[in-house]
Amino acid sequence: MIQLTNQAIDPTEVLRTVQSPAAGAVVLFLGTVRADEDSDGRKTIALDYECYPEMAAQEIQRLEQEARNQWRLSGCAIVHRWGRLDVGQISVAVAVSAAHRQAAFAAAEWLIDRIKAVVPIWKQACFDDGSRQWIHPGLNAASELQDP
Amino acid sequence: MRVRVRFFAVAKQLAGLERLELELPEGSTIAQLRQQLAAAAPRLRAVLPQMSFALAAQYATEQTPVVPDVEVACIPPVSGG
Repeated sequence: MIQLTNQAIDPTEVLRTVQSPAAGAVVLFLGTVRADEDSDGRKTIALDYECYPEMAAQEIQRLEQEARNQWRLSGCAIVHRWGRLDVGQISVAVAVSAAHRQAAFAAAEWLIDRIKAVVPIWKQACFDDGSRQWIHPGLNAASELQDP
Repeated sequence: MRVRVRFFAVAKQLAGLERLELELPEGSTIAQLRQQLAAAAPRLRAVLPQMSFALAAQYATEQTPVVPDVEVACIPPVSGG
């Protein structure tokens, strides 16, 4: 199951989609919004996610296929949320089931690493002073640019 | 040919718009589109070297030919998860 949603992610529901009699192991990874503080003392109160929906779904699909080529998986579910998320809320869920735990752990870790590297989804930090900042790894100077 | 470029995240913020139409010579590549974009949207210039591009929702290279009526997307470094 692959899903991009602006609704709250229910981990139980995600897990249910990968459970199978063939699986002896189920691994669930959840990414959650962390209360951060930057060097200026601004506190992150929320993250606002934007995605390129058509391409993000396609890229996630491709990653699932690559994971299935590398490991023998029983089930695989990836759900990413977009829109504004408060601290503590779940932004992404990756659930993988396999006959044994090694494959399930390895595939889940590989998937979240690849999702963060290639899927066209971006987050903007919303700070307690009302300011916002796009987060783009490797683009620090530009992300400091604010609206005029 | 007319090509429509779609922006996201900081690129959308800097360009000040979500879509921009460019006039490009037939047979242009992503590399040429990148140059045209620097002229058409000067506020993007500083970040353009770090942008990736997608054609029809698939990552493109500098050599990928641009096709009329196929959406080009300007993809800043991703930060999902």
